[in-house]
Amino acid sequence: MKYLEEKIFKIIMIGAALIIMSGLVYIIGTVFYKGLPSLTWEMITKIPGGGFYLGKEGGVLNAIAGSVFIIAGALLISLLISVPLVMYINFYLPDKSPFANVIRFSLDILFGVPSIVYGAFGFALMVYMGIRASLLGGIITVAMLIMPIMMRSLDEVTRLLPRDLPDALLSLGSTKYEMSKVLLRKLMPGLMTAILLAVGRGIGDAATVLFTAGYTDNIPTSLGQPAATLPLSIFFQLGSPVEEVQNRAYASAVILTVIILILSFSARYFSSKFSKHKS
Amino acid sequence: MILAKQLQETLTIHPVNETDRPSPLKKVVYNNTIRIENLDVYIEDQHILKDINLSIPEKSITCIIGPSGCGKTTFLKTLNRMHDETPEVKIKGKVYVDDKNIYDKGVNVIDTRKKMGLLAQRPCPLPMSIFDNVAYGPRIHGIRKRKTINQTVIQYLQYVGLWDEVRGRVRSSASRLSIGQQQRLCLARGLAIEPEYILGDEATSSLDPLSTKIIEELFIKLKDKYTVILVTHTLRQARRIADYIVFMYLGKVIEVGPTEEFFNNPGKQLTRDYLSGSFS
Repeated sequence: MKYLEEKIFKIIMIGAALIIMSGLVYIIGTVFYKGLPSLTWEMITKIPGGGFYLGKEGGVLNAIAGSVFIIAGALLISLLISVPLVMYINFYLPDKSPFANVIRFSLDILFGVPSIVYGAFGFALMVYMGIRASLLGGIITVAMLIMPIMMRSLDEVTRLLPRDLPDALLSLGSTKYEMSKVLLRKLMPGLMTAILLAVGRGIGDAATVLFTAGYTDNIPTSLGQPAATLPLSIFFQLGSPVEEVQNRAYASAVILTVIILILSFSARYFSSKFSKHKS
Repeated sequence: MILAKQLQETLTIHPVNETDRPSPLKKVVYNNTIRIENLDVYIEDQHILKDINLSIPEKSITCIIGPSGCGKTTFLKTLNRMHDETPEVKIKGKVYVDDKNIYDKGVNVIDTRKKMGLLAQRPCPLPMSIFDNVAYGPRIHGIRKRKTINQTVIQYLQYVGLWDEVRGRVRSSASRLSIGQQQRLCLARGLAIEPEYILGDEATSSLDPLSTKIIEELFIKLKDKYTVILVTHTLRQARRIADYIVFMYLGKVIEVGPTEEFFNNPGKQLTRDYLSGSFS
């Protein structure tokens, strides 16, 4: 009986692992299978031409550039706010601080807010501020979406830091700021993971940018211009009755997937590089 | 010996039972040392340290011994104000360091900590190179000259006997050192901020016997220049290296005395019971 239990549980566990892995393989496989034949050099180097949405010449460089600009801007804003906040609740506020708990609870709620709500909120905010659907609007809204993700995951790794290290730094006469700088170095792999999670979520999200970034066939040259994004590009192409355009949607999905994979691998590479002094 | 006598005279001993000898209660004030008056420490509702009165003689090793949970570490943390980080801890009483109460309003906590080099239970190298670990303290305290920093790092690595072992790889990660080497590095790091006092919180408890011996020898060497206060749970270690012993039990200082006298002729029944192993 004892051994039977052990065996059954082992089968369930291996089964779960297989389901997850085959899911990943199936999704990536489908995207690549359908997308690769339509993926041409033109797709990634050209903006849509006149008859692009009817299956003629052009590419999705507008969407690639827009997505990259938006996520880069959003990442910058959210890093500038997340890192100080996480340092504050972990290193400046005492353990079990009620204020820190309120902040964490708020982040949990924000974490669960659907992206379309951020999109609608961002849109309302833009109307109030008099901003049109633009790169700036997209950046602000995506920053709102990814900030709680980044803060919460950075907070989780920060809480796992052994207490010895802050104590050692303080006993040497460090200020909290000097202490935070050293601890941040220790947290670099965690920060990389947080960035990766946030970027992965932000770059693939369509609902936030739907009303706020707009859509254009051109590459935006200023913050005030509208910007196309890969998820919306996929969405519009997939909705086309023309089969060629539909296939291009899959090719665009391949591009998005590859971007995320590159980010993922480089984040892992850099986090291992930065953590060479880890103890 | 005069110092030892003076120390004995400073004791405020709480009588424990009938078999105790009467204790002198006279207080003597030392210069350049640590003097604790009526210290009470509470963590939330618990009364952890109870009316501690103690003077620590300078340039000597004072070992604080006592069973687990008697408040040794809590006591040590009051000396460099590490309790400031935990608001649940309430401190009453006075801790004079160089004749200044470090808990007075307006006393800079960083200055206080800079005077106290702390060696923790487990070595905790900073996530940087061996060189940067030792250079960290001088750097944050405003030393910018590369030459001065280089000299300081070499000087203290030599002092703890680590220089010959790490020469040529001072730029590699400190976490690659053995545990014993890491603890010596932490000592060098603490010394590089040029403290006046060295605090050790069971500093050898995670080390192998050989590394323990090296650290103990370093403590003995250190007392020429510094006042060393060690918390230890090994009686044998206290006997080997201490000049004075402070025995604590349930948050109170039970007995204080020069090492030989403390071990050979303890004054209190409770001390005799502890030394004989009746409780630990």
